[in-house]
Amino acid sequence: MSDVYVMGVDMIKFGRFPDRSVPNIGAEAALMALDDAGLGIQDMQALYCGNLGQASGMVGQRILQEIGQTGMPVVNVANACATGATAFREAWMSIKAGMYDVVLAVGVEQMGKGLLGGAGTGDGIPKEGLLGSGTMPCVFAEAGMEHAKEYGTTFEQFAKISVKNHHHSTMNPKAMYQIETPLDDVMNAEMISYPNTKLMCSVNVDGSAAAVLVSEKKARELGMARAVKVRASAMASDPYTDRDLVMPDVNACTRLAAKDAYEQAGIGPEDVNLVELHDCFATAEMLHYENLGLCKDGEAGKMIDEGHVELGGKVPVNVSGGLLSKGHPLGATGIANIYEICTHLRGEAGKRQVEGAKIGMTHVIGLGTACGIHILEKTS
Amino acid sequence: MSKPLPVVDYLKIPEKGEPYLEGYRCKKCGATYLGERNVCSKCFARDEMEVIRLSDKGTLHSFAIVYRSFPGIDVPYVSAIVDLEGGGTIKGNLINIEPDPDKIKFSMPVKVTFGDALGRKDKEGNSYLSYFFEPI
Ligand SMILES: [Zn+2]
Repeated sequence: MSDVYVMGVDMIKFGRFPDRSVPNIGAEAALMALDDAGLGIQDMQALYCGNLGQASGMVGQRILQEIGQTGMPVVNVANACATGATAFREAWMSIKAGMYDVVLAVGVEQMGKGLLGGAGTGDGIPKEGLLGSGTMPCVFAEAGMEHAKEYGTTFEQFAKISVKNHHHSTMNPKAMYQIETPLDDVMNAEMISYPNTKLMCSVNVDGSAAAVLVSEKKARELGMARAVKVRASAMASDPYTDRDLVMPDVNACTRLAAKDAYEQAGIGPEDVNLVELHDCFATAEMLHYENLGLCKDGEAGKMIDEGHVELGGKVPVNVSGGLLSKGHPLGATGIANIYEICTHLRGEAGKRQVEGAKIGMTHVIGLGTACGIHILEKTS
Repeated sequence: MSKPLPVVDYLKIPEKGEPYLEGYRCKKCGATYLGERNVCSKCFARDEMEVIRLSDKGTLHSFAIVYRSFPGIDVPYVSAIVDLEGGGTIKGNLINIEPDPDKIKFSMPVKVTFGDALGRKDKEGNSYLSYFFEPI
């Protein structure tokens, strides 16, 4: 099976674009990724498009209606917050399978403001606030409090994650926000679901990201200088755990995908130079230090306290600013984080560059549950 | 006034006696589910489910204190995950406790109680019976 390379990748600056259409936002990133690869839409053999909000709306085809209707096969995917990673992975698989040499993956989302989560409609009466809360800040607060129960993790430690990611985003011009949020500001912000304050919740933004994936043969033809090798593409759904059907388990699913990813790449967590992981809430990031094996179980609090996950630390996490500050356009997130890693591996990340980065990892998780992990490696 | 309806289908309101929560337990592996089902997602056994009455006692596994919810929902409240004695995990509101993280203790014993669903009615005007958790 051919190795797969990212030949072009880019994202738009995340923001709010209520006057634009979803395909129009997606088309912008698609063109940017094509330019980055030095290729045109006519060179693409297939398109894998991720979007949640218009999952039945043929967004991929409508993107091509904006940038070039070549007649190529288009597959639209939806997989909660793992949607973008799923589109990328489908593209990867098509090359692995030997079907194509050059394919395009796009992730795009246009979000409303406000709370995400089950409003509990359907038969009978609304269940929200009656049988607990299905809002995302609460669901991830409960997941974080499980860690607090086990290891004594504190509100302040969770809050520090948000301080870190907001700090990182001040160096990322494509992030939604570039503002420092000192610890006091984070802890004293409006409480949404304890222990997640407003500054510990990801930002709902519009955005898109895209990648051109190619076979090894094609990569050699085009030149390897800026190519990034895909060392692993792993995906898992939630395996049975005792509380999973009541309390979505983001841990077991991530651990399953991480194990597969490390095995595919033939490396261990100690070989990873930077990670973009799914910090939909500050409480979630804490869990994934352990789930991804960046530290031992119970040591996540220490990772943030001792600065190991900051830029300049042992394994910087979310130097893009993460979903907390860069923003979280659901369907775009899983390709935007691949853009971030590739940018570091290419040595093009400017002020936030992780020096000497050779191997990076991306992780997303969509409740329901889908986890997607990619390991990427510098080629030259 | 007609009888209140159960807020979820696994809340049972018998003609005589107290309301209770009903579970389905896999006879092969012991996995416990809320609501009717035929196949076990843990061990994949088919048609091995038995209907059980879930305990009205349990311990607090995890919680969050909800300050922002959807419009019209009273806040703050405690959203709680409770492990029931003898198996089964359920989620609900923990009531009769201050919504203060220092007052809420992990693993604290709680009991499952039943009461009106905070005055909520459906389109036909029916009342509902819900379950809650209270500290013991
Ligand atoms: Zn079973």
